[in-house]
Amino acid sequence: MEKPKIILISCGLFENDLTGRIEEDISHEFHYPVHLEECNLDLSRFYNPGRRQYNANGILKVLLDVAPREAVKTMGLLRVDLYIPILTYIFGQAALNGNSGIASLYRLRNELYGIQPDNALLIDRFSKVIIHELGHSFGLIHCTYPVCIMRSSTYVEDLDQKEKHFCYNCQAELNRKKQLGL
Amino acid sequence: MTDKVSILIVDDEESVRDSLYSWFIDDGFHVECAENAKKALSILNETEFDIVLADIKMPGMDGMEMHRRIKALPMAPIVIIMTAFASVDTAVQALKDGAFDYVTKPFDPDDLSHLIRNAATQVALRTENENLKEKITSLVDVEDIIGESEALKKVLSEVESVAQSNSSVIITGESGTGKELVARAIHSNSSRKYFPLICVHCGSLTESLLESELFGHEKGAFTGATFNRKGRFEMADGGTVFLDEIATVSPKMQIELLRVLESKSFVRVGGNKEITSDFRVICATNRDLKSMVANGTFREDLYYRLNVVNIRIPPLRERIEDVSLLINHFIRKYCTSMSRDLISIEPAAMKHLEEFEYPGNVRELENMVERAIVVGNGKVIRLKDLPLGKEVISSSIESLDELEKKHIVKILEKYKWNISRSAKALNVDRATLYNKIRKYELKQE
Repeated sequence: MEKPKIILISCGLFENDLTGRIEEDISHEFHYPVHLEECNLDLSRFYNPGRRQYNANGILKVLLDVAPREAVKTMGLLRVDLYIPILTYIFGQAALNGNSGIASLYRLRNELYGIQPDNALLIDRFSKVIIHELGHSFGLIHCTYPVCIMRSSTYVEDLDQKEKHFCYNCQAELNRKKQLGL
Repeated sequence: MTDKVSILIVDDEESVRDSLYSWFIDDGFHVECAENAKKALSILNETEFDIVLADIKMPGMDGMEMHRRIKALPMAPIVIIMTAFASVDTAVQALKDGAFDYVTKPFDPDDLSHLIRNAATQVALRTENENLKEKITSLVDVEDIIGESEALKKVLSEVESVAQSNSSVIITGESGTGKELVARAIHSNSSRKYFPLICVHCGSLTESLLESELFGHEKGAFTGATFNRKGRFEMADGGTVFLDEIATVSPKMQIELLRVLESKSFVRVGGNKEITSDFRVICATNRDLKSMVANGTFREDLYYRLNVVNIRIPPLRERIEDVSLLINHFIRKYCTSMSRDLISIEPAAMKHLEEFEYPGNVRELENMVERAIVVGNGKVIRLKDLPLGKEVISSSIESLDELEKKHIVKILEKYKWNISRSAKALNVDRATLYNKIRKYELKQE
């Protein structure tokens, strides 16, 4: 039987140094091997011309279908602007205790806010969003500890305030969930 | 309801419900969804929610109508209205109708977080407010009524229920059980608490004095009445009159009392002006008023006028489980008043106190503890500090004859019915002792 792993599915082109760093960060936090796969998902059907954004709920549903069996969790990596009907934008989305999630690079770029590009910061932010969403898929809810990765972030500045790690309580809860196979 | 803030999402669009559900679940809230107002109201009738997040435009009953119905619920949740830009006017109307806030769809994630955080703060404030209100309306002035026994809890529950009414109350119980404390508790928890509680110890006053005390007198009404004086009923206007030892009131005063209780008006002794006063009457007695009514020593009509509510305070021997709590209370009370360190009580002394019958009830226990603190070593109450080894005069003996009879029997038994030695010990002559033996029909067993 194949060893369980976290599978990242890139829907779009990502630089190797970016995906490499992200794989490392995820593996470090979750202690599972991380495998990157590419997919040619047609995102146009999730595009909302009125909002000029992509419906995250629709993408998440499709991703569930393409998730490999050996994946303990699957995370879709995107470069497009995501929304859910009720919110103006989101950085990422995952169902609590679900098997998959998605995260987008789009709103993490400094350029969007009129600031000089910073590739290292971008990778750092993307890692944080992915680890945060994976945390939800393992059943973790938002944390109130100021620098915990599971703290809710609605702006990129919020992301920058956080560390790339779980706080003691969230780590303990994650370990418990993993032991229970949740 | 758990400690989690609970949110009910009401929207006819499934995608909106799902999105909000996921968002709030991630934040650790308890979340439920309803696809229309009818279902939401049915959920709210069965379960309490803290916050309702409702769309304005829904098929069937709209959000505004639902909000009006939610407001009528006993524990109405905070309502936040969701609206599209086009219906901001309606949302403003909703705010005027008492909605907590409104948000326009789609929301900025940060706005949603702030909104819910504010609503959760409001929920916390409301809960705190309700807790404080409950604390305020809970019984006050009952700190000196110590005990956790079922019998005492029943008394306190009766106090709570009777306090808010204006009915007359008779408190019955043996001497020393704390009848006046209960009367004070009733007054302090009633709407009359900001007016005086006037206590009259009927047993300690003669008929004429009691009349003057209760109704007041005019200058020159009797010898020594050198000035006008307000009576207790007049002083208690708006408050409560506590008549202790009501059974000792003379038949004439019983008629006067009945008249005053019925009309709430009276005339001062020596006066001719009718005075009206609004007071509530609480009476106390250690006698059986019903049997006094039966044998004609207490007026039946007055008994029924006073006995609207009867609170019986159990004697201490019926709530012996409260003894240890009372002992600790009195130790604290007297050590504090004597500026001493708190002392403990040795197990043997505690055991004796718990096995004692307390004819004098709580008052007797209090005196025992006070005495033990005074005569003791200042560190611990020992068995020898308590007067338990000595003869304790039972307060259940009410007449002098009874006491005399008991004492004669004791001396006769001590001297094995030797009349000469017993008479000598009693300091009476033999003839007197024989007379007493005949009077009390004493026989050697």
